[in-house]
Amino acid sequence: MRHARIERWSRGDSGIHRCPPAAKILATLALLICIATLKSNAATACGLYLALLMAAAIAARLPVPAMLWSAAAVLPFALCFAVASAFAGDPERAVRLVIRAYLSSFTALLLIATTPMPELIAGLEWLRVPRFLLQVMQFLYRYLIVLREEANAMRQAGSARGGALRTLRFRQAAAAAGVLFARSYARAESIHRAMLSRGFEGRLPARLRLR
Amino acid sequence: MSLIVEVRNLHYTYEDGTPALKGIDFDLEDGATIALLGANGSGKTTFVHHLNGILRGSGTVVVDGLPVTEKNLREIRKRVGLVFQDSDNQLFMPSVIEDVAFGPLASGMSAGEASDRARAALDRVGLLSKADKSPWHLSAGEKKRAAIAGILAMDARLLVLDEPTTFLDPPGQRGLADLLAGLPQACMLVTHDAGFACRLTDEAAFFEEGRIAARGPMAEIVRRFEW
Repeated sequence: MRHARIERWSRGDSGIHRCPPAAKILATLALLICIATLKSNAATACGLYLALLMAAAIAARLPVPAMLWSAAAVLPFALCFAVASAFAGDPERAVRLVIRAYLSSFTALLLIATTPMPELIAGLEWLRVPRFLLQVMQFLYRYLIVLREEANAMRQAGSARGGALRTLRFRQAAAAAGVLFARSYARAESIHRAMLSRGFEGRLPARLRLR
Repeated sequence: MSLIVEVRNLHYTYEDGTPALKGIDFDLEDGATIALLGANGSGKTTFVHHLNGILRGSGTVVVDGLPVTEKNLREIRKRVGLVFQDSDNQLFMPSVIEDVAFGPLASGMSAGEASDRARAALDRVGLLSKADKSPWHLSAGEKKRAAIAGILAMDARLLVLDEPTTFLDPPGQRGLADLLAGLPQACMLVTHDAGFACRLTDEAAFFEEGRIAARGPMAEIVRRFEW
């Protein structure tokens, strides 16, 4: 599973892994701004950015081909907008959009592949990112995986009875999504009860420093 | 010996109108362990959720001498450690140690003190080496032990475990039984698994349709209700 793989990468041991999380976040932010402000005729700069990112991935002892592939996860979305741009008569902008999206995705992936999530959140907290956002991020990180497992269990239950996601009609797919929502809601209630039972009073305590 | 739990005439009806508890009277002595047996929907879990005020019905619930009221909730929740059936619901922080330290921090302890408590609790359940792991890296048995560490770190006086053997394989169940047997706190086990409960106590209460139908020696309850 992708999340398990990235989590494993983030627990590696390299100079980049050992850098302070806040420094990595700031460097990532700077790079993202550079990528976002690329000029239209900046093919060389794009190549340089990609080379720089790949060099950083190699230095962090990350598997570059797998990183290149994982970063492509954003392309279907980027391509939708790119196609719209191309049809609107601006093919150059369409190409730029795809390149920017891919480079940004690779940059963000490099950050999370070299920083375990608890450290990443600690770094963001150090940079004074609003606590509420961090809490949302923290819960999303923790429970996205659990929800994904629930969705997989539902898919397997369907497959075991001869169904497949591809063959679901719209009504069935909508019903399955509804069940997943109901399960998620029930889980949210259970989590809230568990939090209450351990003294939660509406505000998460400050995070512990692990190192 | 003093009573850790005193419940009188407890009634509770869910919002949809389903009556879940119909006049429960229940006592538990400090340091004692009891198994709560009964079919699904018989009211066991609903009952234990009243012990730390997650649910509030009519009647009286007193834990460790404190009535479960709005005013006492903070103190009550320190004293009653509830371990939920699905540990994934209980382990919500990004790392194991932060999760275990959640209760102490929420009760106003300093970060250093909470961290020390969390480490001691993890050591007690044999999970200190996993302190900085994400909870989803743990096996089902480890998650259960991490959840128990979370309530041990709060210094709870009463442990309430809801279906503790769910998702655990036989070695995991044995490990959990050994761990619980070594703890001095009073303990309530909500379970279908009379075999597991037998390892920890010989007293049981049997729930049926929101009432305690019988309470007594485990063997007698099991025989009488063909459990």
